[in-house]
Amino acid sequence: MFLYRTYTVMSPQKRVKNSQAQKRTSQGRNTYQTSLSAWKVKEKPSDSNIWKQNPVEAHEHVDDQAEDTLQMAVGYFEKGPIKTSQRKNTILEKHLKTVENVAWINGLAPETIDILLNVALSGKFGNAINTRILKCMIPTTLISEDSVVKAISWLCVGKCSGNTKVLFYRWLVAMFDFIDHKEQINLLYGFFFASLQDDALCPYVCHLLYLLTKKDNVKPFRVRKLLDLQAKMGMQPHLQALLSLYKFFAPTLISVSLPIRKKIYFKNSKDLWDSAVLAVRLRNHGHFSEPLKLTLVPVDLHPLKRKWNSHSVIPKLNSGSYTKGHGKKEMSLSDHLSCNRSLPLEQLQSFPLLLQNIHCLELPSQMGSVLNSSLLLHYINCVRDESLLLRLYHWLSQILQEECIWYKMNDYEHGKKFTNFLDTIIRAECFLQEGFYSCEAFLYKSIPLWDGLCCRSQFLQLVSWIPFSSFSEVKPLLFDHLAQLFFTSTIYFKCSVLHSLKELLQNWLLWLSMDIHMKPTMSSPLETTLGGSMNSVATLIHYVGWLSTTAMRLENNSTFLLHFVLDFYKKVCDIYINHDLPLVVLLPPGIFYASLLSLDTSILNQLCYIMHRYHKNLIAAKKNELVQKAKSEFSFSSKTCQQFNHYLTTMVGCLWTSKPFEKGISIDPKILEKSGVVKFKNSLNIVHHPSLLSYAATFVLQESPEERTINMSSIQGKKWNWYLDYLFSEGLQGLKFFIRSSIHHSSVP
Amino acid sequence: MLIPSRTETGSARVRAAKLGGQTMDPYNASESTPRQSATSGLKDYFIGATPLQRRLESVRKQVSVLPTPSRRKIPQCSQLQEDVDPQKVAFLLHKQWTLYSLTPLYKFSYTNLKEYSRLLSAFIAAEKQKGLAVEVGEDFNIKVIFSTLLGMKGTQRDPEAFLVQILSKSQNREGKVLWTGWFCCIFGDSLLETVSEDFTCLPLFLANGAESNTAIIGTWFQKTFDCYFSPLAINAFNLSWMAAMWTACKMDHYMATTEFFWSVPCSPQSLDISYAIHPEDAKALWDSVHKTPGEVTQEEVDLFMDCLYSHFHRHFKIHLSATRLIRVSTPVASAHTNGKIKILCHKYLIGVLAYLTELAIFQIE
Repeated sequence: MFLYRTYTVMSPQKRVKNSQAQKRTSQGRNTYQTSLSAWKVKEKPSDSNIWKQNPVEAHEHVDDQAEDTLQMAVGYFEKGPIKTSQRKNTILEKHLKTVENVAWINGLAPETIDILLNVALSGKFGNAINTRILKCMIPTTLISEDSVVKAISWLCVGKCSGNTKVLFYRWLVAMFDFIDHKEQINLLYGFFFASLQDDALCPYVCHLLYLLTKKDNVKPFRVRKLLDLQAKMGMQPHLQALLSLYKFFAPTLISVSLPIRKKIYFKNSKDLWDSAVLAVRLRNHGHFSEPLKLTLVPVDLHPLKRKWNSHSVIPKLNSGSYTKGHGKKEMSLSDHLSCNRSLPLEQLQSFPLLLQNIHCLELPSQMGSVLNSSLLLHYINCVRDESLLLRLYHWLSQILQEECIWYKMNDYEHGKKFTNFLDTIIRAECFLQEGFYSCEAFLYKSIPLWDGLCCRSQFLQLVSWIPFSSFSEVKPLLFDHLAQLFFTSTIYFKCSVLHSLKELLQNWLLWLSMDIHMKPTMSSPLETTLGGSMNSVATLIHYVGWLSTTAMRLENNSTFLLHFVLDFYKKVCDIYINHDLPLVVLLPPGIFYASLLSLDTSILNQLCYIMHRYHKNLIAAKKNELVQKAKSEFSFSSKTCQQFNHYLTTMVGCLWTSKPFEKGISIDPKILEKSGVVKFKNSLNIVHHPSLLSYAATFVLQESPEERTINMSSIQGKKWNWYLDYLFSEGLQGLKFFIRSSIHHSSVP
Repeated sequence: MLIPSRTETGSARVRAAKLGGQTMDPYNASESTPRQSATSGLKDYFIGATPLQRRLESVRKQVSVLPTPSRRKIPQCSQLQEDVDPQKVAFLLHKQWTLYSLTPLYKFSYTNLKEYSRLLSAFIAAEKQKGLAVEVGEDFNIKVIFSTLLGMKGTQRDPEAFLVQILSKSQNREGKVLWTGWFCCIFGDSLLETVSEDFTCLPLFLANGAESNTAIIGTWFQKTFDCYFSPLAINAFNLSWMAAMWTACKMDHYMATTEFFWSVPCSPQSLDISYAIHPEDAKALWDSVHKTPGEVTQEEVDLFMDCLYSHFHRHFKIHLSATRLIRVSTPVASAHTNGKIKILCHKYLIGVLAYLTELAIFQIE
């Protein structure tokens, strides 16, 4: 449907744009001409430089000539037809042609339009001429409001024919966007409204009114008049459109339900000027963006026969103006006369508009509709209105429950609809950087029934947006069920779960760090102390540690899985520094050793990076602890430090000093003998580590390409350092950080 | 009584009827998870919390502990019910109502009922003549009446129930009722606690009349008060509770029989088994399994149904427990799994509605 409406008058933003545009056009010209009167005085064909339509134009001379002839033509029309002249027709034709040519190529200046409109509507010439003049009233950029008002005044005199009137209205509708202001025109609303009586004009006047109507124009007597017209003329699309607009502004006065079939409500008045309007828009490019549109989709797209809630999941955005009048027993006339300055949502089209009207926004009648409007999401993000959230909560809970596919074992089509709906919710959650409580409640109810396949990506994303709360509370309701699926599903599922848990951790950390720094007293209802919050996060991390350790066993230490696990710990190791939260939780031994002895270089590299960050975080935490020992409510357990040191020693042993597993692990010598690795101690360092061996070999080959046998042990002393540089240059940044921070160079073997 | 030609039931599937049809119930899959202590600490966290957090807490509680209380009161004759206009009560009885659950109404006001009827009648008129605009307050051939059902509540805290009627308007005689719907909340404390004062909680909606009218009116309410209607189905588990609770009601004289319907899933058409008992026999059976005075417990409900099953099995060798209970009729009320009910006895009106309200609240949480 092509029904749209431009809210130029009501949108201050656009007004600014218009006047800017006007300023620009006039600035471009004011060296030549200050006003219409100035031009009139100097009206002589020789004053060629007065009429410079387009100063930037290269072909100035040609242009000048064109201007001259146009000027003459306009002058001719203004004087009116010269009687008795035989050459009258040819002269007239010549001048008309001139005007038409200029108009269709460059458009006409506001002043020219002003004059010619006067000519066309005053009836100086015949009908045919008037029509031709009106048809070429194409602005260069803008049309001044005054010219339009003057033109309208001619309509009252009755000098122009019905056809001319029709054409004029069509022109007005087509050029509506190019009129610089509309306040004066709006004052003539009553005049236009009265013209509805004229059957021939009615469709076009309807269209004009549709563009012009503001909330304060909608009055009970007009409503009644329109309804009378409807009774007289029947269901006319143009009347329907105007009536539905009236209903939108005053739902307590009028009710209408548009037919389901799509209809073009107005015959396109622009037909005549299609290409011209496009050209003007191009010229105005930068000044006019695409006109603000309100698409008036037929209000209710639900046929009665279908299930009534199922027409569209998310309700359409509608101002809550229904509830407005409910405070009073009777709608008094003054209610409608006093124009309410609040901004209906349908007109909320841009962010600046939201900012200007944020204090007087009419909230949607159905809160669910905010999901489809990023502007309103902005709004609900900063207005923490409890009943607003409750409305959203109730609606969303019900919809989720009703739409959820495995509750009703439905067809594929429906499944897709549900997936799309979940995607919309997730988009809103990402936008708000906050989860909805209804989604959490929905997960509690549905995760136990979930097969792990249906809408997997959406479900896992919903999990990652669970609002911060006590993990031990959520665990039995949700994570225990998820764990069952986790252990029994494929490695890809495991990886996706770990990924969403990483996102969950990140969301919680962001929320906590915001919360702590914004409100030191903690208005968070869930945890009264920082310790409590940290405890919840720590439990989550331990839980993921447990999940991943078990998963690693189940998946035979899969490198792929390990990547996802380490990705999680990359978040964990930096909590203290990145989020300023007093928490350091180490990775479990099952993950540590699996990564350290992995055959994959990138895993080792990742582990090195993580250990390096743990190191930094622990040092920072220790330092802080020393500074404010008395104040600190939280202290890192010495166990964490011990454990870290143990990991560190092991790593240094395995990568640097070739003394792996000095403490803790003892291996039966018989097993070692069996494996043929007697000198196992030398087998684990930066050269011999299984995942780095290929690097070492390439390095040695680079050093001495002609060598037949590769002697790894040759990497020693200076060569050792070169080898390190080589490794770093190969992109092993994690290793680089680790070695720089944890190993003092005096210990080069 | 219908007897199926083939009976492929097995004792292994005993209790299937109880869980069957309860696809929305998350407990089927997870009864083994220990959850008793799950919410212990939450109460403390939520002191002074916002309504939204209180809602979440109640959902957690609902999910973590058993879905429904394991004991309920036997419906009693309510004191408040005395205030209800007997004419209106009579109007509500013996009609088939389709049940819906309804989320709280936002900014609903009992002082504006007149205004609502004006708006709603214009809305209905506009919907019926698609495309033709109508003036609010104009005279249509229908009339919408909003009226309160004073006294239709369980406690003083419950909001007032109200009735919406659509009457046809003809010149010669006073209008015929085309459609009726009413909203109520009986013992809705658990819901009332979790919303702010902007909301009116009437979680149970009952409609009688053409579905298309229900759709129009429901749409209007959803748009105007930002609420949401969902059809309220009654699963077999809750139907057995109804059977037990309604049998337990003391009656001066029995007007209707007690009857149960089970559905046997078989193609091409499902087979229904009807099982009628004299209400006095049913009461006698109930009295024999009933121990706690004034209350009905889960064990008693199970035992009551089991007795019926074994009796049936003895005669027909059919395990009813392997089929699905779809309808229960008693002298107090009758209910179908598709959410259609009929209330017969005015004495226990409030009691019946209390249980329905409970189910509606469960659904909107």
